[in-house]
Amino acid sequence: MKELIDRLKKIVGERFVSAESEERYLYSMDMGTMPPSVPDLVVMPGSTEEVSKIIRLANEYKVPVVPMGGGLVLSGLTRALKGGMILDMKRMNRITEVNPKSRYAVVEGGTSEGMLQAYLKKHHPELKHSLPDAPPIATLAGNVCIHGSGHLSVLGGYHSDMLNGMEVVLPTGEVVRTGSCSVSSDWFGKAPLPDLSGLFMGWAGTTGVVTRLGIKLYPNYRYSDLLIFVCEDAEDMPDVISRLTSTQVAEDMTPWMTPIPEWAKGFMHINIAYGAHSKEELTFKRNLLQMSVKEYKDKKIGGFLPMPPPQKARYMQIPTPDLVRFADVRKGGGFEYVGAIMAIEHFAEAYRAGVEIAERNDVSYSMGARVVGAGHSMMFFYAYAFNRADKEDMARAQRALEETNAAALEMGGIPWKAELPAQQQIIEKMAPDTFALMNRIRETLDPNHIMNPGNWERT
Amino acid sequence: MEEIKFDPEICNQCETVDCLMKCQYIDFADVAEAKTEKLKINAGEHSRVLDECLTCYACQEYCPYDNNPFYLLVERQEQLGLLPAPTPIVTEQLKMMGPKGRIQNEAVSPPVVNMCAFPMLTGCVRGKLFEGASVIVGTDIFCNIMWLHFAKNSTIKERVPQMIDNIMNYYLKDSGVEEMICFHDECYGTYTSVAPAYGIEVPFKPVHLFDYINHRLDELADLITPLNVKIAYQRPCSNRLIPQTDLVLDEILKKIGAERVPRTYDRETALCCGGVPRAHQRDNLADELVEKNINDMLDVGATYCIFNCPFCMATLGQEVAENGIMPILISDLVQMALGE
Ligand SMILES: Cc1cc2nc3c(=O)[nH]c(=O)nc-3n(C[C@H](O)[C@H](O)[C@H](O)COP(=O)(O)OP(=O)(O)OC[C@H]3O[C@@H](n4cnc5c(N)ncnc54)[C@H](O)[C@@H]3O)c2cc1C
Ligand code: SF4
Ligand code: SF4
Repeated sequence: MKELIDRLKKIVGERFVSAESEERYLYSMDMGTMPPSVPDLVVMPGSTEEVSKIIRLANEYKVPVVPMGGGLVLSGLTRALKGGMILDMKRMNRITEVNPKSRYAVVEGGTSEGMLQAYLKKHHPELKHSLPDAPPIATLAGNVCIHGSGHLSVLGGYHSDMLNGMEVVLPTGEVVRTGSCSVSSDWFGKAPLPDLSGLFMGWAGTTGVVTRLGIKLYPNYRYSDLLIFVCEDAEDMPDVISRLTSTQVAEDMTPWMTPIPEWAKGFMHINIAYGAHSKEELTFKRNLLQMSVKEYKDKKIGGFLPMPPPQKARYMQIPTPDLVRFADVRKGGGFEYVGAIMAIEHFAEAYRAGVEIAERNDVSYSMGARVVGAGHSMMFFYAYAFNRADKEDMARAQRALEETNAAALEMGGIPWKAELPAQQQIIEKMAPDTFALMNRIRETLDPNHIMNPGNWERT
Repeated sequence: MEEIKFDPEICNQCETVDCLMKCQYIDFADVAEAKTEKLKINAGEHSRVLDECLTCYACQEYCPYDNNPFYLLVERQEQLGLLPAPTPIVTEQLKMMGPKGRIQNEAVSPPVVNMCAFPMLTGCVRGKLFEGASVIVGTDIFCNIMWLHFAKNSTIKERVPQMIDNIMNYYLKDSGVEEMICFHDECYGTYTSVAPAYGIEVPFKPVHLFDYINHRLDELADLITPLNVKIAYQRPCSNRLIPQTDLVLDEILKKIGAERVPRTYDRETALCCGGVPRAHQRDNLADELVEKNINDMLDVGATYCIFNCPFCMATLGQEVAENGIMPILISDLVQMALGE
């Protein structure tokens, strides 16, 4: 180990390698319910070249490598399950290009959401990217790798759909590019080439290390507004979502259901965010959205909450502070936020299952969804807060999570950014030839099984 | 619980039907048509007025005989199930604004200022104007007048007596205080207009903010530096229930050197701020009201727009400011004149 550490120090510099117990402790866990797993060391590369050298070295020593961005995935995917090193990408945080006409940015693999947001605000106020509601230190690469979604997902789909291409260090150390940047100097998209980006998305860092990515940008409107639709029957939600998305004017649509505060319990809300270049356009878009669900208003079974501008401001913050606030309801630093990607028509079923499971396990819950595309699917989430210092509380949250994942799979959904037990549940349901193909690809890419081992493996 | 106090005979003999003829939001061909509709309302039958009403409260002021036309209208809307807003909007707000049982006994001393359910405005009670004041606030003492906008007289009848009990039992009684200053028109309207019309007893003496300020300005006369500003006043719906206080505002403004410029939409012809129609899902009408209000303020060259209603201020404030007019609460304007 000492020899490996010395050689790593030669690659990245003394300051950026540590095998100290403090660091190993801190990097052993995330905020979620998965138990800690202590790495042997932590290394922070500063360039693609350094990543490549580190990976070659890891192959030489057959030491596992776990790529990590913000470490905020909450489902324990950045724990070193079989020891080895955590490859903390945060030093690779440069924004190397912004193309305002073709609307994309190229960033390094450790660039945080907050950094790109701040950079665009300062240098390209006419542009924005789709932010998740994760704390701003979350990285674009980490988020794209888990098929994240965010504030422009109705407009642009999953964040992996907004990916224009990547530079990746393979598990054997070669540097490849996917998308237009593999042929051209422009990072305009993935067409018309065979799409190799899929080899790295959804794989939980088991197929390579993303060192750069091109991500789509969108117009940042001068005016923005938000409507909150409310109804009481979860059965109405698929139709309401379908009508609202059919207008094709919303940027983001996030249903939410929560028993805290008490007044909100039992009500279905949908936050609908949209923007415009002028006030007239904004009003026009609002009218389209309102017209789409007029039938609900006429029957008096649904409508839009009246909200004066100062009240709205709270709901229009990006990222929203509400989830973070909820994460703290039980105190003690425990929070897990899992979701299942599923078809819109399962909304009521997903909601009922969530309430039933949370109440049975006596956990603090908040539920919601993010509509993706023009109602093409949704990420339905269950957030459970727990007190990490209270073993019973944590066990309850863990149980609720497992039951939630089982219920999601049962109704045809697929757990998102699946933690280990959920990965097993998915593998059980997956077409066997598909899982066999996954294994063959992985075997080809990573013959020494060094990349985030323990994930996507049948136990 | 008693029925709303009104005398059908007075309406039968009424020749002008001012309550409806002066309505700014519903048109009638002539007095005869207005009368027909009014009599339908009185008889508990369906009238288009019950559907079209913006719930601006103004007819309550227009009736020369204090025959409570608006309270009765709301009663009929509820009886006939004609909710002006979708059910979930109403039921969720009913829960949100319901008493939370968090109130605790507290010794208070005069002046006791009731800030209703709006803790974010308690900072307004400060300085010489409110020297020594005790502030009471929270959903457990919420005046509940807002339900007039949602055909929920039943909630008013149920909750207002509860709120009155809370005010007495948790604050005033043990401290031997008999007067309570209502910071908002809503509360004063509830305790001096709604309560008697609904047969609810009020065991304390409500004092309107304007009366309190007017009196304080006499005591603090030496400190006043006239502002010499033109102000547009956004008169709120609940002031329609207590029109006598509007004249007190004139006295206040005179004392602090602020000119209440004659707007098209002030006093009897004040226009709704646009907040409530949004709850009724009438956004296009709300847009129109906002635009009319703003243009009117600009036309008269106002530099300040003064509000006494926090909801009007929240609804219009940003738009007012974007148009170069300073939105301000009346108490803050007065404090400016006192050099605070
Ligand atoms: C309060 C809160 C709100 C959230 N809201 C959202 C939301 O709205 N939308 C959303 O999508 N998510 C959300 N999340 C979940 C999560 O935090 C984000 O998805 C976040 O962007 C993940 O990025 P990260 O940098 O923290 O990834 P990490 O946790 O560091 O990594 C995630 C996965 O990607 C792999 N990985 C990371 N970087 C690389 C790389 N360079 N190359 C290869 N593999 C890599 C890791 O090994 C791991 O498997 C939220 C989380 C919290 C705590
Ligand atoms: S309410 Fe008043 S104004 Fe209206 S008809 Fe009756 S008496 Fe006349
Ligand atoms: S409340 Fe206003 S809108 Fe309704 S009838 Fe009376 S004056 Fe007309």
